[in-house]
Amino acid sequence: MKISFNINGQAQIVDIDGNTPLLWVVRDVLNLKGTKFGCGKAACGACTLHVNGESIRSCSYPVKFVEGKEVVTLEGLSANGTFHPVQQAWIEEVVPQCGYCQPGFMMATAALLEKIPHPTDKDIDENIMNICRCGTYYRMRKAIHRAAAIKQANS
Amino acid sequence: MSEVKIEKVSRRKFLIRTGLGTLGVLAFGTYVSRNPMRRAVFEMVEMMIPPYSGTGTEANLWFEITQDNKVFFHSPKVEMGQGTFTGLAQIIADELDISIEQIEVAAAQTDTGIIDSGSTGGSLSIASLWQPLREMAATMREFVKQEAAKKMGIAASRLKTENGLVSSGSKTMTYAEAIANISSWELPDTPKLRPIKDYKLIGKPVKRVDLKAKVIGAPIFGMDAEMPDMLYAAVVRPEHIGARLKSVDTSAAESMPGVVKVVKNDNWVGVIAKSFSEATAAKHAVKIDWNIPKKWTQKDITDLLKVGNGAKMVTQKVGSALNTYEEDGISLEFSSPIGAHAQIEPNGALALVKDGKAIVKLSTQVIGITQRQIAEALEIDVENVNIIGTFLGGGFGGRLNTLHAVVAALLSKEVGQPVKYFFSRKEEFQNDNFRPPTHHIVKGKLNANGMIDSLEHHYASGDVAYGSVILPEALHTILGTDVGAMRGGNIMYGKIPNRRAVQWHTSLPFATSWWRSLGLLANTFAIESTIDEMAIKAGKNPVEFRLAMLNDEGYEGRTKKVIETAAQKANYIEGVSGDRAMGFAASIDTGVPCAHVVEVSIQDGEIKVHKVTCVLDCGLAVNPDQVRAQCEGSIIMGMSAAMHEKMVISDGKLVPTIYGPYRMAMMRHTPEEIDIHLVQGADVPLPVGEPPLGPIAAAIGNAVRRLTGQRLTDLPMELV
Repeated sequence: MKISFNINGQAQIVDIDGNTPLLWVVRDVLNLKGTKFGCGKAACGACTLHVNGESIRSCSYPVKFVEGKEVVTLEGLSANGTFHPVQQAWIEEVVPQCGYCQPGFMMATAALLEKIPHPTDKDIDENIMNICRCGTYYRMRKAIHRAAAIKQANS
Repeated sequence: MSEVKIEKVSRRKFLIRTGLGTLGVLAFGTYVSRNPMRRAVFEMVEMMIPPYSGTGTEANLWFEITQDNKVFFHSPKVEMGQGTFTGLAQIIADELDISIEQIEVAAAQTDTGIIDSGSTGGSLSIASLWQPLREMAATMREFVKQEAAKKMGIAASRLKTENGLVSSGSKTMTYAEAIANISSWELPDTPKLRPIKDYKLIGKPVKRVDLKAKVIGAPIFGMDAEMPDMLYAAVVRPEHIGARLKSVDTSAAESMPGVVKVVKNDNWVGVIAKSFSEATAAKHAVKIDWNIPKKWTQKDITDLLKVGNGAKMVTQKVGSALNTYEEDGISLEFSSPIGAHAQIEPNGALALVKDGKAIVKLSTQVIGITQRQIAEALEIDVENVNIIGTFLGGGFGGRLNTLHAVVAALLSKEVGQPVKYFFSRKEEFQNDNFRPPTHHIVKGKLNANGMIDSLEHHYASGDVAYGSVILPEALHTILGTDVGAMRGGNIMYGKIPNRRAVQWHTSLPFATSWWRSLGLLANTFAIESTIDEMAIKAGKNPVEFRLAMLNDEGYEGRTKKVIETAAQKANYIEGVSGDRAMGFAASIDTGVPCAHVVEVSIQDGEIKVHKVTCVLDCGLAVNPDQVRAQCEGSIIMGMSAAMHEKMVISDGKLVPTIYGPYRMAMMRHTPEEIDIHLVQGADVPLPVGEPPLGPIAAAIGNAVRRLTGQRLTDLPMELV
């Protein structure tokens, strides 16, 4: 089936089985590799991206559901050549180790900050439910607070 | 990368390579003794640093200077998250006199000639390359000066090097200009290395060189690899332990949309299709009848893996035997479960096999072994297999055997097109090389002064080093012990007059192998919990109790310093304070002592770790910020193993097969504070990535004991 949607601000039409997970359309059809595969069962969050501003796990999200919607991946989080406050905070706190899960965490954080501009530790614990095997949570928590501060300073 | 020409060169010659953007390549002979593996193993056993053991006397191409005056470093080690590339770049910069921004690091493809015969692992990348890499960078610097001297007409001794420029007064030349148009080079002798105090970047918290790529989600991982006309594969494997393929019906799968070919092999069936989704859908349509000789149960494994069963080996023997225990002795029994690596990037590979040659891109910790495995499976020469190592989406020992890459290569050979095959998460959990379960009995006796007179640690483990492709088989015969299971198994307190450590080894019916820190976590849990219990029995402060059992010299002296520092920085107190108590534990692994103090409370019936104070003596910290990152990561991974993770056998299968049911530490489990202090007890870099895992489980258990009176003896720890 043909599915029309916007991705990172660009109109896109794909002709594909509508039940194909959005993740594979993003990665293999549109060649945006910033969204990662981790488990295929919405359990780890490596594939997190935004659909109409909501954080979703794209490995378990059929592409037919994005018809007419706005999809944002890590590549589209900020305008060309600039870093989103979340990316900037991640750099300042030197968060990534292996780095594989980080795009999912950054996308989840960016969505969280839209809803709760200054999350408490409790808000972070309750909303950031992705998995990082390297154990970078400690720096991530600092980076989330820092991202909130950068975002406020920029606005 | 452009094509690479490999030539044999002698130790003191450069090899010139021309190609796209490349002016010259430095080739350099090696540092390998005649029998590096044996030396490496025995040094490992003795807690020292094995040397880098790369390809023998082959031409090794390490540095390229490009036309835009950058240095491309072909690293024999891969980057799996520990910041290795950054540390190596710092080391190069300080001897080669270039800025870190001018250095690009990538894992060397095997066809460059650099093949690490061992692995990226053991926390050894920086420690083992510390000396050879500085020597190579310094030699390269002197070579550039020598060539610049010829072109500038100034004696090399009067030239200075800085930021990739050679200069004398106002005259300057880039490194690229200095080595342009050279056809045959002779290397100068390796110059004397600079004193450590003169280094500008070594010892500084330089930002990771891969930071930007990882923050923009660049396609740097094996999973992201692509080739033109690439196909995707999904593979059906046995789910039951030991199951063998009996009969297969592939007809339904073959007629599914997008399917190109279905391939039957000895014990798996692969489906090659045009997309990942199509391959996966068709995989589920393959009908297989399995022969399941035995449905293993958890009880089978628990019964098999017990102290008293399997091959016995005494790994430590000091003083007299401790066969009898008087009534005032103490005896505790501990266990740890099967653990999964659970790294987020699944194992997999992209392979192109065509015309008797193979190109394979993947995340692997064993580039050289992957190359050999694929060559053997395809029955071609290793020279015809080029392995391109990518960044790893986590390693932790989970990529030290890459048989899935062989599957990808065999599938590609069937279609003559590139095939990308990676594990589903279920395959990942069922085909992992697990951390083996362990069982321990620790017995001890106090003397009249309330100090430990005797301590005996019996530890049963499945394979860690045994049967591993990264070690020669003969090793086990020579050593008679599993050196991986042994890590942390011996008792480090030199003033205990009578000490025994006894390994009981049993191979299990499923693969077990290296998991970050090997036996260290569980062995330290058993020993340090018992030490704590004995301190309580003796009515002594557990810190002073430990200090009194350590000698002042060598490893023990360094351990002592780490313990003292940890107690002081954490303001360690024995009693319960409010709703919290502290726990103390220490360990030494590969010559690196570590101590943790944790602050714990019980919240809603669960153990909550509020603060961890960590003191580590890893010698010279090349990048202190990344050493801290490794401490933080090790603490959280160790907490995850200590309090959450557990694989079990149910109905003959290893379960669970998905995150969630396989419980792991998450954001909400992360301590509010992790306070790290580095002590420098040696002037060379020592291993970092694993030693801080050692004491964490014991420290938490010891805190819970003081808070609740319960001695928790089984991992993952749960309150009764």
